[in-house]
Formats: sequence, C-alpha cells, structure tokens
Amino acid sequence: MILFLAALIVLLTGAFVTACAGRRLWANTAGPLFSVAGSVLTVVGSLMTYEDGPWEWALNQGGSAILSIHFSMDPLSAFFCTVTAVITGIAAIYGGGYLKEYADEKNLGMAWAFFLILSASMLAVETAWDGIFFLVAWEIMSLSSFFLVIFESEKPEVLKAGWVYLVATHFATAFLMVMFMILGSAGSFSFGSAAVPPALKSVVFILALVGFGTKAGFSPFHVWLPEAHPAAPSHVSAVMSAVMVKAGIYGILRILTFTGEPLLWWGWTLVILGAVTGIGGVLFALAQKDLKRLLAYSTVENIGIIALGLGLGIVGMATTHPVMAVLGVSGCLMHVLNHAVFKSLLFFGAGSVLHATGSKNMENLGGLMKRMEKTGSFFMVGAAAICALPPLNGFIGEFLIYLGSFKAFTVHYGTQGSLCGILTISTLALIGGLAAACFTRAGGVVFLGEPRSSEAEKAHESNAFMTGSMAILTALCLALGLAGPFTIRLIQPAVQVLTGRSHAMDTVIFEGGDYLMRISVAGLCFLILVLALRLIRNRFLSGRSVEEAGTWDCGYTAPDARMQYTASSFSDPVVTMFQAAVRSKKQVDRPVGLFPESGAIQTRTDDVVLTRLISPMFVLAAGVSDRLHRMKKGYNQIYILYIVLALFTLLFWTFYQEYTR
Amino acid sequence: MNHPPYIHVAVSLAAAPFLFGVINKVKAGFAGRKGPPLFQMYYDIVKLMRKGAVYSRTTTEMFRLSPLVSVAVGILAVMTVPLGQTESLISFHGDIFLLAYLFGMARFTTVLAAMDTGSAFEGMGASREVQFSMLAEPAFLVGLAALSLLTGESSVAGILSALRNGTGTATGHVVIPICVASLFIVLLAENSRIPVDDPNTHLELTMIHEVMVLDHGGMDLGFIHYGSALKLWVFASIIARILVPVKMSSPMLDAALATASLLAVTVAVGVVESTMARLRMLRVPQLLTGATILSLVALIIAMR
Repeated sequence: MILFLAALIVLLTGAFVTACAGRRLWANTAGPLFSVAGSVLTVVGSLMTYEDGPWEWALNQGGSAILSIHFSMDPLSAFFCTVTAVITGIAAIYGGGYLKEYADEKNLGMAWAFFLILSASMLAVETAWDGIFFLVAWEIMSLSSFFLVIFESEKPEVLKAGWVYLVATHFATAFLMVMFMILGSAGSFSFGSAAVPPALKSVVFILALVGFGTKAGFSPFHVWLPEAHPAAPSHVSAVMSAVMVKAGIYGILRILTFTGEPLLWWGWTLVILGAVTGIGGVLFALAQKDLKRLLAYSTVENIGIIALGLGLGIVGMATTHPVMAVLGVSGCLMHVLNHAVFKSLLFFGAGSVLHATGSKNMENLGGLMKRMEKTGSFFMVGAAAICALPPLNGFIGEFLIYLGSFKAFTVHYGTQGSLCGILTISTLALIGGLAAACFTRAGGVVFLGEPRSSEAEKAHESNAFMTGSMAILTALCLALGLAGPFTIRLIQPAVQVLTGRSHAMDTVIFEGGDYLMRISVAGLCFLILVLALRLIRNRFLSGRSVEEAGTWDCGYTAPDARMQYTASSFSDPVVTMFQAAVRSKKQVDRPVGLFPESGAIQTRTDDVVLTRLISPMFVLAAGVSDRLHRMKKGYNQIYILYIVLALFTLLFWTFYQEYTR
Repeated sequence: MNHPPYIHVAVSLAAAPFLFGVINKVKAGFAGRKGPPLFQMYYDIVKLMRKGAVYSRTTTEMFRLSPLVSVAVGILAVMTVPLGQTESLISFHGDIFLLAYLFGMARFTTVLAAMDTGSAFEGMGASREVQFSMLAEPAFLVGLAALSLLTGESSVAGILSALRNGTGTATGHVVIPICVASLFIVLLAENSRIPVDDPNTHLELTMIHEVMVLDHGGMDLGFIHYGSALKLWVFASIIARILVPVKMSSPMLDAALATASLLAVTVAVGVVESTMARLRMLRVPQLLTGATILSLVALIIAMR
C-alpha cells in the first residue's frame, strides 16, 4: 500500500518537475527516471498485494466532500497495475531515446509531464474505489493521452486524429457517467457499497460495454484507435495500445464484480462482439500501408480475442460450467498481459523504423534487417508472438481460450456452451490465419528484401535506449512463452475475483498448469532442436564452399527493388476475398498500347465504420444544428420571447402535474 | 503390450521420405512409366546434404533459419501423433493446437524466407501460401473439434484411441467420413499437392510452395524436403488412424495394419494427383472453404 502510494507520489512529483524543466535538456533524462522509479515501486507494491491480500486507503472517506480519494487494490487491480507499470516503465526508457531528436523543437518537459500524469492516472483508474474518483482519474487519463497524441500538433493529420480521439473518449465518458449514477443510486458512490438494482443489471452492463468498450476498441467503437495510435509518438502509441485500452477491459471486469451473477446473453454478446472485432480488426490491419496504423488495427483484433475469452468465461459462469469459466477468464487475462508485451515491442520497432527512415509507409521500406539488425530481429520475434506461434507468449493465452472452448463440448454442458465453443474455435482459427498473413507481410515487406526507397537504403540502427528496451520486451516474450505454468498460477487470484473459488477450479488450474508445462517442454525442445540443427549445418558446411550470389529467381537477369512484391500486392488476394467487408478502393490506370508510357495503381482502405456510419451521423447532426441555428436572429426581442415561452411551458407543466396528482 | 513410444518416433523419422516415393510410383503407374525408385527422396536428401551452399546477397539470417524450423517442427509434430496403436510421445489435452500452431511457425518462417529473397516470384508464392493456409486452418481445427465432440477427448492421441474403443454409433458413422473428407482436403492443401498446388512445377501460374523455396539449395533444400516429408507423414497418419481404428490381437499385426493404412492414404494422394488437374487459382479458396463447411457440418451432426 505504502509502495503504491509512493509510486503515485513519485510519478506526480516527476510530472511537476519535468513540467517546470520545460525545454531544458535534462527534462528528457528526468522523465524516464521518474517513470522507471514509479514503475518499480508499483510492481513491487502490486506483487506484495498478491502476498498480503487486498487493501483500502481513503484520504477523506465518508466526509462531506463530493470527491473522495479512495484507493483499493485487490488481485484484479494488482494484476492490471503490474502490467501497466511494467509497460510504461519500459516505454519511458524507449521514449528517452526516441524523443532525443525532438529536443530542439519541442517542449519535452511538458511531454514527459503528460506521460507521467498518464501513467499515474492509469494506475488510479485501476485502483479507484469510488465512482466519482474513478471518473476523474478516467478523464485525466483521456486528456493527458490526448495531449500526448497531438505532440506533433503542427501536422494537420495529427490534429485531426486528436480530434477524433477527443470526441470518442467523451462519447465513452457520457455512458460511464450514466452508469455510475445508477451504481451510486443507493446514495454512495463508493464501490464498497455499489449495488446494482436487479432490474437495472442489464442496463448497467450495456452502458459499461459501450463506455468501456469504446476505450478498449470494440467494433464499432474502435474508430479512434487507427487514428490516434499512429499519430502519437511511438512510445506513447505503445502505452496507449498496450495498456491504456486495457483500462477499458479492466472497467468491464470491475463492473462484472458488482452486477452479481452474469446473464447468459451478456456472454453471447461479448463472444459475438469479440468475433466481429477480431476478424474486422485483422482484416483492416491486412489492408493498411501505414505500419503504425496496421499495428493499431491489430490491437483491435487482439481486443477481440480478449473479448472472446471473457465472453466464453461469462457463458461458462452463466451456465454454471466452472471449467469453461476459469479457462475463458484466464485466457482473457493472459492475453491482456501477453498482448501488452508484444504490442509495445512492435510499436517500438515501428518507432525505430520511423526514426531511421522518416517513413511509416511500408511501400517505401524494405531491406531494413541488414541495416537495423537488432530492431529487425526483435520485430520478427514480436510478429511471431502476435501470431500466437509457440514457443512465444502469444500462444499461451489463445491456448487457454481454445482449451476452454474444447472443454465446452467435451464435457457436454448443453447446447449453449457447445455453440459458444464452436464459434470461438472457428473465429480464433480464422483470426490466427489472417494474423499470420498480416504479420508476415509487415515483417517481410519492411525488414526483408531490397530497400524500396533511398531513405530505407540509408537507414541506421537506433540508439541503445531504444534497442535496449526492445531487447527487454523480446526476452519477456520468450520468458512468458516458456513460463506458462507459472503465470497461470500467478493470475489465478485475479481470475477468482470474477469467478469465485471452488474445488473444481483448483483442479482445472492444476490440469491447465500441467498442459502448459508440456507446452513449455515442447517449446524448449523446439529451441534446442533448431540450435542443434544449426550446429549440424555449420559443422557440415565448414570446409565446403559457401558462396554469395544474386537472387536466382528462375534465372531472371536483372532483378530490381521495384519488382519485389509490395505490401499491397501481398495482401491483395485476401483483401479481395473479403472485399464486401473491407471495401478497399482501387484505382487502376492500365498501361495501354504496345509501348506503354505510364501505368499506375492506387489502393486505399478507409475505416468502413468511420466513413459509412459515424461520419454520416456527424454530418446529420451538423445539419440539424444548422437548422437550429436559424432560431438565432440577433434581436433581443426574440430572445425574450424564447425566455417567456420557456417559462410558460414550465408553468403549464407544473400545473399539469399538480392537476394529475 | 505396446512398444515404447520412442521406437515409433524413430521409425517415423526414418520412414517419412519413403511416402514421396510411394506417391511418385503411383503417379508413374498411372502414366505408364516406370518412375523414380521408391527411395529416390533419400538419394536426393543425401545428395543435397553433401553439397556446399550459395546464398543470395539480399538474404538475411531469416532465410537460413527457415529450413531448420521446418525440420524442428516436423520432428516435434511426429511426436504428437501415434502410429497404429502405439502411444504418442507428447500427449495432453489440447495438443491439437500445439500441433496446428507449430505448423504455423514453420509456415511463418518459410513465408518470411521467401520474402527475404526480394524476388517477385517468391513474394507471389508467399502471398498465396498465407491466403490458402488461412482457409485451411479453420477446416483442420474445426474438423478435429468435431471428432473431439464425438469422442469427448481433446488430445490427438486421446481422440484417436477413443475412436478405437468403439464410438461405432450411428452418429459416428456419419461424422467420421465427413471429417476424413475435410481433413484429406487439408492434407492436400497443407502438403502442397494437386489439386491445390503442384509439387512438380514452379511456373508462375501454379506456384505456391515450390516457388517459395526456389532460392534454397544444398543442405537447406535437403532440410526443407525432409521437413515436408515429416509433415506429410503426420497428416497421413492422423487420417489413416481415423479410417482404421481397429486394434489387432498382437503388436506385430497392429504395426502391419498401421503401415498398410498409412500406405493406403499415401496411395490415395497419388491417385488424386494422377486423376485430377490442378484447380484454377481462384477455385482453391472455394475448395478450402468447402472443407471448412464440411468440418462444420460434421461438428453440427456430432452435437446432435
């Protein structure tokens, strides 16, 4: 408890100090230092909570003040705080290296102040034990990240992205305010006394789903992610994509602990929402040319997988099927952890590429592995992890969700469970295949082959802060992939906050740990086999001729970098298959004649929800507002008339109420 | 009394390349040719293993890594499937996913190695490979899910031995053939056989897997051949075991039956290859989606 509060104080002091430092050079050193200190304190504090049990702390509990600063940490909060702190700490190290080149033109002190405030507010959101305090922390989190998104505010597209984000996040807050009003209808906003009237249970769930789901990125509320995440500086994109969206997941989980026994259709809603979000996210990721935008869409996909796990868990709870419940929720939390690790790794990789070449457009990149060997190798590991390939960490979470779905019908708990399992398995399998397509494309086009532009040719490796933080995350990907049996036990207290504890669950966890142990052994065997084969090959090849030559390519004589398969051509078959959903626009100028002089092809893929649903709605709203505008004539008399009319209306309404009573 | 599992793993590792010989003999028989010797793949691999290496200047470590991963994955995969009535070396609930995703790992590195050469041809093959495998994956997992639902087991070995122990119900008689059909299509697609891919050519119109490994040579190519042999062995032995779940009275008879059924599946691959033309590239997704639908139908019937 003390450590956690100390961490918040360190972060906020840091924010103050760096804000004062402003443009001075040491701000870029102080920021990361404060952040890392805060993270270490938080991680130790959260892990101690696992040992010592939950705690509560309030500055002015039960006072008359409206805002009661009230923290509480149970295992669920501790889990989310640990993930948040680890990633923000590593992101701060990366950020120290990343922001260096902006030192002359930007106020880095303020950037670090917002970063530290964002870290502190995320931790506060994940431990707040009072509705109003939660909303305040939530709003600080949204606003500080908004200022970080518009770091490069001189670019119009960045401002536009910031605008979309600001609207989306307040759309979410509006729903949350209503939800907390219902939760606090008993008279107190403290979570300790939060009681949901049974009649309003589902209303609260829907409000939480829309409010928190917008932050998390559930379709169709995901539209802000692909705008805001690419616009922010890369370490901020990583924090937003890897941990801030998880605050939304945390919110949903927390609300589920208040609503009591969940209903079956909630689980179904989450499973279907997860399937749509997951498949939609990865399809749009596949169609992107901007590397960071691709990663943002892939976050949408992974949020879909998390929702699938949670939905499976809720269906399990609602049908009193503890095995499914525990495996679903464990898979959900495991994927929260794993996604945080590999997604920040990938964003760091994208940031280094941007740093080295000045471009995020994959069509301009290529061949970077030779020029940035470390970044390239780390990115490849992250890409394999996000495709859920063993022996890396992405596999563990998806394995638990798969296992939960299989258990759903091997144990015969009725049609609901089986149907849910079938939907989950087919969706995950399809997402897995699409993700593999998406990330072989991202890794292959950016880092392999020949450079497609002179910028890519002149790329250089990033500084030690950036590669070092990526190295830590790469090691984490591998370690978490092999430490499955350990982590599943570690997250159990957090899982039990939702599912409760029973003997059946202990058995499941014991068995699950056993399977994960075998997966770890298989993973280790795999690594040893690859190493052994490599040694064998080196042994055999030593003393034989090992030559270098041009790519053979069926004897093609003059291959050129421009002849390579591009990112768009690589994904074209899949995108075309799903054209009905993706609605990619293609403009082709075909070469004509025997000696064609020019030919061009342009493709672009806009977000379907944004262009077809949300933008038209805003245009409509603007139209209606314009009509209302006509009421504003500029004559005082007319305004007085409005006031009189309003007063009369109120008067009649009061009379009417008196009359009917 | 069964043999210890590592004996059959050793046998599988040694015998896998033989399957290619069988397929080629069948094809030669249909064409009225004598065909290459049954052990041709062994000769090829040994010949390749004695060669030096030539690497493209464009390539990186990724290119050198992918053949090793293919073989490592193949070896691990062989350990998860039983041969005949033996136990498998790695077996636990959900090892199906480990199997599927290990093959995913092999594909991931193969595709990246293809893109590493910077060649348009290999990029094209890579692009097609990810498209088709994306469609084959649901068919495979859902098909196994149907069998899992039928038997109440969730490991490869568990499902297969439960089939032996008599799920000869009316449902089983319907579900198993549908699953076999679907898994057979997956086998053809995953092992780049006709009608999805043509292992004997790398012309632009047909190139998928063969063109991805166009630039590999020497030991690396040997590793790749061996890796694909192991993969074919794994898929064929799963299907063989589903088709012939019978347990014989003695281990020797069991082993003989297992070998015979495995060879029967391999011959079936050869027959399909000899009697069918390769499908047009645009038709392949339909075939694979068809396989997924078959799997789903099997699953729905099994749920009944």
